[in-house]
Amino acid sequence: MTFFSGENMTGGYGGADIITSCTITVNRGEIVAILGPNGAGKSTAMKAMLGLLNLKSGKIFIDGKDISKLTPQDRVKEGISFVPQSRNVFTGLSVQENLEMGAFLREERIEEIIEEIFALFPVLKEKKAQIVGELSGGQRQQVALGRALMTKPSVLMLDEPTAGVSPIVMDELFDHILKVKKTNVAIIMVEQNAKQALSIADRGYVLVTGENKFSGTGKELLNDPEVRRSFLGG
Amino acid sequence: MDIINAIVLLLNYIFVPALSYGSQLALGAIFVSLIYGILRFAYFTAGDLMSFGTMFTILFTWYFQSIGISLGIFPTALLAIPFAIIITTLYVLFKDKLVFSYYRTKKSPPVQLAMVSIGTMFVTQAIVRIIIGPFDRRFFDGEKFILKANEFKEMTGLNEGLTIKSTQVITLLVTIIVVSILFWFLNKTKTGKSMRAYSDNEDLALLSGIDPKKVVMITWIIAAVLATIGGTLYGLDKSFKPFTYFNNMLPIFAAAIVGGIGNPFGAFLGGYVIAFSEILVTYAYRKFFIYILPESLEPDSLLQLLSTDYKFAVSFSILVVVLLFRPSGIFKGKVL
Amino acid sequence: MLGLIVLVGFLQSWSIALSILCLCLISAVMTMGANIQWGYAGLINFGIMGYTALGGLAAVLVSVPPVKEAWQVGGLNMILCAFLIALMVFGVRFITKKYNKSNKRNYGIALVIIVGLILLRLISGPAIESIEAVSPATTGFLGGMGFPIMFSWIVGAFFAGALAYIIGKIALGLRADYLAIATLLISEIVIAVIKHEDWLSRGVKNVIGLKRPVPYEIDLQTKEWFINLVAKFNQGTLNLITDALEKEQMLKQLVIEGSTVFVKLCFAGLFSVVVIILLIVTQKALYSPWGRMMRAIRDNEEAANAMGKNVVKQHLLIFVLGSAIVGIAGAMMVTYDGLFTPGSYRPMRYTFLIWVMVIVGGSGNNFGAVLGGFAVWFLWIEAAPIALFLINFFTSGLEEANVFKVHLINSIPYFRYLMMGVGLLLIMRYRPKGIIPEKIKHI
Repeated sequence: MTFFSGENMTGGYGGADIITSCTITVNRGEIVAILGPNGAGKSTAMKAMLGLLNLKSGKIFIDGKDISKLTPQDRVKEGISFVPQSRNVFTGLSVQENLEMGAFLREERIEEIIEEIFALFPVLKEKKAQIVGELSGGQRQQVALGRALMTKPSVLMLDEPTAGVSPIVMDELFDHILKVKKTNVAIIMVEQNAKQALSIADRGYVLVTGENKFSGTGKELLNDPEVRRSFLGG
Repeated sequence: MDIINAIVLLLNYIFVPALSYGSQLALGAIFVSLIYGILRFAYFTAGDLMSFGTMFTILFTWYFQSIGISLGIFPTALLAIPFAIIITTLYVLFKDKLVFSYYRTKKSPPVQLAMVSIGTMFVTQAIVRIIIGPFDRRFFDGEKFILKANEFKEMTGLNEGLTIKSTQVITLLVTIIVVSILFWFLNKTKTGKSMRAYSDNEDLALLSGIDPKKVVMITWIIAAVLATIGGTLYGLDKSFKPFTYFNNMLPIFAAAIVGGIGNPFGAFLGGYVIAFSEILVTYAYRKFFIYILPESLEPDSLLQLLSTDYKFAVSFSILVVVLLFRPSGIFKGKVL
Repeated sequence: MLGLIVLVGFLQSWSIALSILCLCLISAVMTMGANIQWGYAGLINFGIMGYTALGGLAAVLVSVPPVKEAWQVGGLNMILCAFLIALMVFGVRFITKKYNKSNKRNYGIALVIIVGLILLRLISGPAIESIEAVSPATTGFLGGMGFPIMFSWIVGAFFAGALAYIIGKIALGLRADYLAIATLLISEIVIAVIKHEDWLSRGVKNVIGLKRPVPYEIDLQTKEWFINLVAKFNQGTLNLITDALEKEQMLKQLVIEGSTVFVKLCFAGLFSVVVIILLIVTQKALYSPWGRMMRAIRDNEEAANAMGKNVVKQHLLIFVLGSAIVGIAGAMMVTYDGLFTPGSYRPMRYTFLIWVMVIVGGSGNNFGAVLGGFAVWFLWIEAAPIALFLINFFTSGLEEANVFKVHLINSIPYFRYLMMGVGLLLIMRYRPKGIIPEKIKHI
């Protein structure tokens, strides 16, 4: 039994189904990458697990509990955290306030969690009073990660975290993601940069037109000739 | 000596009136800006909500006067404001439940919500006119002046007098208190921060577990409080007439946009920008120059840039210029 | 709808019914103007009041005979001012074309405008004073051209169109609700100018006694053919009366009544012609390739832009056209009233009420706009009797002198606001596309 799983998910945004009986599972302390060509339903699969999309069939489980019928807000309370691809920070608020908003639902004191986040992303501590809109792209992504971690999630979902950042920033970001993994969080990420993503991922899923086409460990997929030919450019 | 006279002249005719008028506009502009930021539409009922709140202040004032309660040198209206706020709050919340919440859950485009707010504008206007009538009313009681022109002249021996009405001081003090509390709330409390977060990025706010219903409700409550206080201050300083209040919507919108709509602090400053420019441009500077220029250079025309008839036109022209060259407002609001 | 108006004719009087009809027709024209902008292009124009007033001003400037004396004392200076303004415009354009964006350019523009304004003040100041001093009780302004007032319907359209061109150039780039606020504020500026530039419009002193395109009641009452016509129409009633003297008096009474009805009928006829012409033209336009393109732009601006349609230009065109139609309505209204009262232009009546008509009628549908104009105006006028009836009905248990009842009855005029607001809210909620929704034939 895996920790967090979406099983045989089928659904779309009203019209035709974008994903059909797609299954994705992840365990704590594991990074799973969802890969595939444009329009394969990668983000849709992730949004379905978050509850942003009504499923026709299929179930979502976390720690053995069926959460298929919960709203996204309630799933957040169950320990799932999501970092959208764009607009993933409050640009008009300071770094500190962004983190505080991340822990909006927490009743207890949050200073300690903020300190943990600062330990994870030291640059944020220096800039904690600064308005996020003034930060660089890489720093913003760190704020976005930090905000999502403020709920102390057991599952972290990242929608194309490296979209539009430079290669150097990308490496740095992957380092941060690995650091998060070490805190025993289950991580699912949708990625365009398949090679890099697989290099840090424990396992990967390749979606094609909404279905699981290949799955396996990062190494297996990297070495699979068919996957290489179709998605990794030879 | 002449220089001091000139300064007192400007203080008396420009600075003091503009400061109180600006405060009244600012209170209106802040809530228009908040509604724009959080509910995301242009709230055309703004002026009439102010007249609604003021009407209840007046009704309570009359009631208190009839049973012999007064605040001595202060206007009775100050005592009536909290009661009027309660009724206005209930009214906006009821209106939201009945009208606006439907379009919000449907995620209607902002234009449609603005149109709906025109419907509520008609209704609010009707309610006010049916209850209290369209007439001009004064409801100020208590001590009228803090400083009279004659007293000032005697005190200082200057030619120019300085008049300070108690309503002007009350306006300024109340505005300072209200605005400080508001900005403390928005910047320091968890709920206030969540409102700013919601205004900044609605989707992410929802993902973070911020309750949109609560944010919307608090926005309406703040709107009711500011509308009642701002409207009452305006009515105390000048007079209460529903039509004037409806018209005040225009400079209020101008202030909110000039300040950068969706940015409450900008709207606050915008109120003063509008008030000062209206009065500065329509003031006749002749006497001022008589004081500061040597006799040989004394002007014989009024030296008024624009006649006072164009008071409104001034603020609107500023608005048009701002819209053209800096659509996000002087103080950076939402970029539209 | 017409049935309701006929009903008013039977129940109240034909004269009232016809005035409602005339204003319904005028409202229909205004609504069509706003509807073209909103329904065809999705532009919100809250400046209807300004264009209506400009149309009215056109009626004055076209029909009133020129005041020669005023032209003698100040005409030259005012013409000079007009040239100066033209010069300023060209100056600014010259600078913007010649220099790139820089501080230098901004200062240049500011300089041209400031120098221009000072010169304008110096030249116009004394002229305005002397113009306004020419028998201020009756004229005190430059007057107009002295042409038949019907011309003003076209001139009004040009005035409004020209203003819309300027505003459109400035404000059309704004987002929808900003455009709404900006146009609302600009229309207030237009009213302020008309109200306070007495040399041009007599301002709040009003212009009365404008010439009519249709006969005057007094003239009609003496015309042989008209009396015969009235006699013929009322043969039945008249034949009942045997006494000759009584018959004479009855006929006289009927002629007086008949004359007002006849005049209003003439107006209604003229206005109907305008409405029908506009309907034909707008319907043709709506189903032409151009109309299809406008809808495409409205529904998906980016896609239309990507397909090489010049969205900005088309928006400007439709903004000008719609405003011009409103200008026609403004001129028609002043023609009908026979007087121009700048003080009466208020946004509730001339902007927001028209918008209620557009929304109620169904945006994007020309017939809907006409129907909206009729229905809303009818309700606006008949709201008071309806409210009175309802109040009496619901308070029938209370005695006549009951304070509450008396208060309500005194507030009857304001119930129309309530009806408009509630009506608008109900329509927006339950028939968001209006009474007659937009129908698009797919050809």
